[in-house]
Amino acid sequence: MKIIVCIKQVPDATDVRLDPVTNTLAREGVQSIMNPYDQHALEEAVRLRERLGGEVVVVTMGPPQAEEMLRQAISCGADRAVLVSDRAFAGADTWATAYTLENALKKIGSFDLILCGKQAIDGDTAQVGPGLATRMGVPYLTCVQKVREATGTGLIVERMMDDGYDVVAVDYPVLLTVVKNINEPRVPSLKGKMKAKKAEIVKLTAADIGADPACIGLPGSPTKVVKVFPPEGRSKRATLTGTLDEQLDQLVEKLIPYL
Amino acid sequence: MVGDSCTLCGACVESCEVGALSLERQTKAVQDDLAGWSGVLVFCEYRGNELAPVSLELLGIGRQLADRRGVQLSGLLLGHNTGETAKLLIGHGADVVYLVDDPALGAFRDDCYSQVTAAVIREYKPEIVLAGATAIGRSFIPGVATMLDAGLTADCTKLQIREEDGALLQTRPAFGGNIMATIVTESTRPQMATVRPKVMKQLEYSEARKGKVISITPTPQQLHSRVQVLESVVAEGGQVNIQEADILVSGGRGLESAKGFELISELAETMGAKVSASRAVVDAGWIAYPHQVGQTGKTVAPKLYIACGISGAVQHVAGMQSADTIVAINRDEHASIFNVADYGIVGDLFDILPKLIRKIEERR
Ligand SMILES: Cc1cc2nc3c(=O)[nH]c(=O)nc-3n(C[C@H](O)[C@H](O)[C@H](O)COP(=O)(O)OP(=O)(O)OC[C@H]3O[C@@H](n4cnc5c(N)ncnc54)[C@H](O)[C@@H]3O)c2cc1C
Ligand SMILES: Nc1ncnc2c1ncn2[C@@H]1O[C@H](COP(=O)(O)O)[C@@H](O)[C@H]1O
Repeated sequence: MKIIVCIKQVPDATDVRLDPVTNTLAREGVQSIMNPYDQHALEEAVRLRERLGGEVVVVTMGPPQAEEMLRQAISCGADRAVLVSDRAFAGADTWATAYTLENALKKIGSFDLILCGKQAIDGDTAQVGPGLATRMGVPYLTCVQKVREATGTGLIVERMMDDGYDVVAVDYPVLLTVVKNINEPRVPSLKGKMKAKKAEIVKLTAADIGADPACIGLPGSPTKVVKVFPPEGRSKRATLTGTLDEQLDQLVEKLIPYL
Repeated sequence: MVGDSCTLCGACVESCEVGALSLERQTKAVQDDLAGWSGVLVFCEYRGNELAPVSLELLGIGRQLADRRGVQLSGLLLGHNTGETAKLLIGHGADVVYLVDDPALGAFRDDCYSQVTAAVIREYKPEIVLAGATAIGRSFIPGVATMLDAGLTADCTKLQIREEDGALLQTRPAFGGNIMATIVTESTRPQMATVRPKVMKQLEYSEARKGKVISITPTPQQLHSRVQVLESVVAEGGQVNIQEADILVSGGRGLESAKGFELISELAETMGAKVSASRAVVDAGWIAYPHQVGQTGKTVAPKLYIACGISGAVQHVAGMQSADTIVAINRDEHASIFNVADYGIVGDLFDILPKLIRKIEERR
């Protein structure tokens, strides 16, 4: 069973703000973390390998410092790690990201299962997983909350829907995106940390994966950010006054129109 | 000056007062038949014999955009046993409804849905395609966009037409709502976006609106699927669909136990609301994950959000700050939830909630 997990390094969102005066991203001293959903994708991959045998390869497209996150992934059970990194990838939207990952994955070789997080918490798009699967020509299921059955040929999973969930059967090869209640990620073992320190990280550039320069990074992206700005402040703010009882009466007055 | 972690987001250029910074905006090659694309198409979601309410909201904004552009508004309805739904879509603003009613589309499957949708888009060439940012829309629309090599913007909260060239300006929150970004798709068509439920306004239904229903028969290849839906489970009688709720009563760790959480359910029942929660109480097991609001849960935009015993951590606020009205009840007057609340009450929720329930009951 060969499993590929796509993981992304993201800024810890608690720290990311736009300075309302200068409109700059205040990213000073912002920590980078492995995208939380991707931690769950990795954990599920490692569990499947523990049950069915095989190999877990983690892949990221990102800047050189993403190597640190890949080592963390190895300490959590991944067998191998690939860093797809090139200045020319900068500014990629989800189309160009999926294109790049597709070409990287073709380089890495055959697979049974690709796991992604539901979404990356910086862009919040949830588009790379489905885009990658479609490009690779494999079916996909999003927002998987449980793997009910896994055999050498396929899976039965629960996929979250707005009003509940669907139970779905699918054969390999397939791509899944996962949500966080699928599992509880483990903490790295001492042995895992040792392994991570020594592990060799494979590095691939745009040329290595044979990417068309017109399809990567900013020039390859059909969508373009034309403006960034801080969200509008909430303006309706009103104070309730008096005793608790009086405050509650005022509040109920405000609530009645909604009922 | 910029390091390896630069994403070319361009924020630095806008902020530079002396104009010393510029970004070389190489852009994607322009698609050669750009002018051949016209009209606005709305994907109308039908599941479990019901139209998702967001579909009507999208026809509302779709109508505005189509009128601004002087083009046609069409709805695409996929499903089985859709009955009179196509007519309903016309009454809510569609000029044309493409109806694909087939048993194979009864259960949602990404591959059939995207193949059929991509085929309709290739045939009719709309310049704009909108779908709800629901579980279904956010799952299969990225597949459609990939098949069409189209740009796609996720979870938009505002859509406008740009004066100069008629391009669609798509505005959405990013970084957990800390930043807003406006995005355009200039060189390729269609321009595609998923749109957050509850943000756009639907038009009143009008019998007087006229339109055409075009039935489409999908090909066997389009309906070929590699996944099998064994069962669709509606959890808790549909109570988990918090994104479509008008009112949410939300509970946090301040409720102290699963038992305390019953107060939330009681208030919700009194108000005809659904129940949501912070991550802390989901992690504690007092309520199931589909009820979680926030960065790693659901993003909601109800008319009214009542936060009880929730501190207002940024990851929580990210999921609920676009609610119309926010009420907070917390015993700590410095809790950051009060920074986003329209009405706040400082006090013990075990004292306040029963009183609030009684007062609302008295008034109804
Ligand atoms: C990567 C990441 C992702 C996250 N994603 C999410 C997410 O999606 N959603 C989310 O909610 N959180 C998320 N969190 C967690 C978030 O940071 C907070 O820990 C969480 O929201 C806190 O929940 P809470 O407000 O219920 O609990 P607390 O922070 O413990 O707050 C409880 C509040 O209740 C008040 N209180 C206590 N007793 C009473 C009483 N008797 N009467 C009135 N008030 C009382 C207290 O004053 C306090 O303000 C995430 C964190 C991380 C790191
Ligand atoms: N640069 C990247 N490198 C590797 N995987 C990625 C990258 N961007 C996105 N992904 C994967 O795609 C998922 C969805 O990301 P997004 O569409 O950006 O919200 C993430 O959870 C990752 O699994």
